[in-house]
Amino acid sequence: MLPEEIKKLVGTSGKVQFYEVEKGAIRRFADAVDDANPLYYDEKYARNSKYGSVIAPPGFFGWPLKQIRNSPLAIDIPPELESAFAQAGYPLSLVLDGGIEYEFFLPVRAGDVLSAITTIRSLRERSAEAGTIIVAFLDTIYHNQAGALVAKQQAMFIRRSFNPPSKEPANA
Amino acid sequence: MPEQLYWDDIGAGTEITPLVKIATTQMLVKWAGASGDFNPIHYDSVYVDSVGLGHIIIHGALKRQWLIQLLTDWIGEQGVLKKFSCQYGGMDYPRYMKTISEPQAGETWFCKGKVTRKYIEGDLHFVDCKIGLENGKGEITTSGRATIILPAK
Repeated sequence: MLPEEIKKLVGTSGKVQFYEVEKGAIRRFADAVDDANPLYYDEKYARNSKYGSVIAPPGFFGWPLKQIRNSPLAIDIPPELESAFAQAGYPLSLVLDGGIEYEFFLPVRAGDVLSAITTIRSLRERSAEAGTIIVAFLDTIYHNQAGALVAKQQAMFIRRSFNPPSKEPANA
Repeated sequence: MPEQLYWDDIGAGTEITPLVKIATTQMLVKWAGASGDFNPIHYDSVYVDSVGLGHIIIHGALKRQWLIQLLTDWIGEQGVLKKFSCQYGGMDYPRYMKTISEPQAGETWFCKGKVTRKYIEGDLHFVDCKIGLENGKGEITTSGRATIILPAK
């Protein structure tokens, strides 16, 4: 059974977060992927392309303007959900990225400031080899500074419960 | 950049031009900084041992981004990636570094894909694809789907 403090969060949304899409951040992101597409760094090339300016690779939505969370992970977990997980014995150290789904509506451009809102769509408990896991689906919607829909994202992540190691039986 | 791909030139079964990748511990550190994912399971061998993982593992999101590059390289500037999804089914382990810039010998990854369907909706020309990441043993460790819009002749 899912603890009540976790279950009651299904359907709730976190606060709107703002993400700044910096030119340099796009370049470093593309470089880390080893993607040499000039649309991501060559301003002259990008200006003459159909986009008219440097764009970000699909999948990059910039960096949060206010780093209000203290998370070492890139998965955006609403803070309310995070603390409920921790209290219920599902610590952040036992999180796995399960997969992602995107629908893209507009390119993300250098200089954009995106707003993102994340809703907890579902939380399911399952039994796995390693013990109990919670499979969480989070929906995030991104709009740009003009208020236009940029992308919809559905992220899946998995939390393992923390089972304290059983004590070694004392040897006779 | 390669020549522009057109909707007219492909059909169900057409293979996406594969993309070859070699993940190194150096690449994972760059990705951690560029993506904001600082989970030490992706760069710290001592931590990895302490949580019983056995090896540094490649970020799922980096594998996602390789598969996105597979598609954006293939569809060219006039193509549009409309939908993308992937699931991380198996863990992958990067190569360690031999020199400051060269990896040790080891595994090479292949991003691959195939067209499953093409169709027209309104005045847009769509293509659905199946995509996957194959590791050095020939196993698919990440699989997914994509929908793209291509120019027509």
